[in-house]
Amino acid sequence: MAEVLVLVDHVDGAVRKPTLELLTLARRIGDPVAVALGAGAEATAGVLGEHGAVKVLVSDAPEFADYLVVPKVDALQAAFEAVSPAAVLVVSSAEGKEVAARLALRIGSGIITDATDLEAGDGGPVATQAVFAASYTTKSRVSRGVPVITVKPNSAPVEPAAAAGAVEALAVSFGEGSTGTKVVSRTARESTGRPELTEAAIVVSGGRGVNGAENFPLIEALADSLGAAVGASRAAVDAGWYPHTSQVGQTGKSVSPQLYIASGISGAIQHRAGMQTSKTIVAINKDAEAPIFELVDYGVIGDLFTVVPQLTEEINTRKG
Amino acid sequence: MSLRIVVCVKYVPDATGDRRFADDLTLDREDVDGLLSELDEYAVEQALQIADGADDAEITVVTVGPEDARDALRKALSMGADRAVHVEDDDLHGTDVMGTSLVLARAVEKTGYDLVICGMASTDGVMGVLPALLAERLGVPQVTLLSEVSVNEGVVTGRRDGDTATERLEASLPAVVSVTDQSGEARYPSFKGIMAAKKKPVESLDLEDLELEAGEVGLAGAWTAVDSATERPARTAGTIVKDEGEGAKQLAEFLAGQKFI
Repeated sequence: MAEVLVLVDHVDGAVRKPTLELLTLARRIGDPVAVALGAGAEATAGVLGEHGAVKVLVSDAPEFADYLVVPKVDALQAAFEAVSPAAVLVVSSAEGKEVAARLALRIGSGIITDATDLEAGDGGPVATQAVFAASYTTKSRVSRGVPVITVKPNSAPVEPAAAAGAVEALAVSFGEGSTGTKVVSRTARESTGRPELTEAAIVVSGGRGVNGAENFPLIEALADSLGAAVGASRAAVDAGWYPHTSQVGQTGKSVSPQLYIASGISGAIQHRAGMQTSKTIVAINKDAEAPIFELVDYGVIGDLFTVVPQLTEEINTRKG
Repeated sequence: MSLRIVVCVKYVPDATGDRRFADDLTLDREDVDGLLSELDEYAVEQALQIADGADDAEITVVTVGPEDARDALRKALSMGADRAVHVEDDDLHGTDVMGTSLVLARAVEKTGYDLVICGMASTDGVMGVLPALLAERLGVPQVTLLSEVSVNEGVVTGRRDGDTATERLEASLPAVVSVTDQSGEARYPSFKGIMAAKKKPVESLDLEDLELEAGEVGLAGAWTAVDSATERPARTAGTIVKDEGEGAKQLAEFLAGQKFI
């Protein structure tokens, strides 16, 4: 069976969930060979093996942390040349897309980004994408070279599948351009204890209707009752009520959770572009005319300052 | 010495209109108004600020697109860019991101540059990979997705906010930079700027000027193919209740029924 290269997204050896989803998709196409780079690379092998990686190519060279993007492209290219895979899969993070694109160009292959599903086809993998603010669904293929495809988080279930997960050292020779952009410092984001927005199964977002940073704890409490991530609309972020890293929408993050709860968000096209592929959509808004209600599976026309705390309490009681 | 800044911009369909596909599964540009991609306004703004802080700088704005794409150039010129380059050729129809990066790289090289600035992504394709591809093609550092950027004595520095960490980056010019919508609000063109823009030079280039063959770009030269595009079926109307005291309870009931609680 053909091999499929999967670039591992991990933090100091802790594999992030979207990579495990990629392994599920990779198995539809062939035998996953994982590529883990940077500090802790070898520590990823256990969990990758449990999720179907037949081989884990590792390199923990300091270049991956000290310089931006290009060292990872050099390494992925080295893995590509060592394995000759049928496809290369990468998580659709900002960095993942940049690494994938540069690799694709180097190996003379087309790239598809932000796939929401992947299946084996006669002429190679077929990718599903949601385009034009998710008003269209497209099926696309890479028509030249070995398909390089980035996949959005939450596009596939995490399915364990035992495989060897044999660790092999990856020899990388870094090119001249790899040290072009120096990472002078790196500050880890302070953990909120909540799941990361783009990979969370449930997202609870607040918008203009939250009416001030001081009211965002209402949204956070609801999120915590559901084990959810917190998002915000652009209006709330631009007003300074919540950090930009939590912005859901065309110019912020695109999310695709199992459940999306929008509170005090009208549902402008900008916001819809970032959440419309959510599986179940719920809205709480006092304006019955808000466009968000066109999207919902369940909507409550009401004051979020009443409904949200009551809902939080109700959930906590039911769980209690 | 003059700092040569090139800003790459895109003319995109207005996202508030109905965007659709043409029969060849490329974007239907006939029935929808276009404009300068909002995310590129931030790139123009940062170019203007960097130019303001330099002894001597010239900003050239470049776009690849049909005749109407000139509107995007005019907008950037009215904001304050000095001159524009419009790459226009019938054979460019259907060009994918690989082809676009090739055309832009040639146009940028022909123009001459110390610094290339792009928006973080276009608001239509939203791939966000073009700046990285451009850096790869030009063989210069990529300093991308910056929420803060400055240039001093031939060195570009910036802040990149990633998923898990914030990084401070540094690279020597020449370099390719991309900026996010957090880099600073874009200015509105003044009346004076709009009038001045009419007199600014707009150079037109075609594939021959860039020494490119038709087969390297366009739909035929694309490295990806769209097999089908289906309009997403309208969502089946959801349940909507008015809160008369029981709204939260009803919603909790729904969430429990869906096994979220």
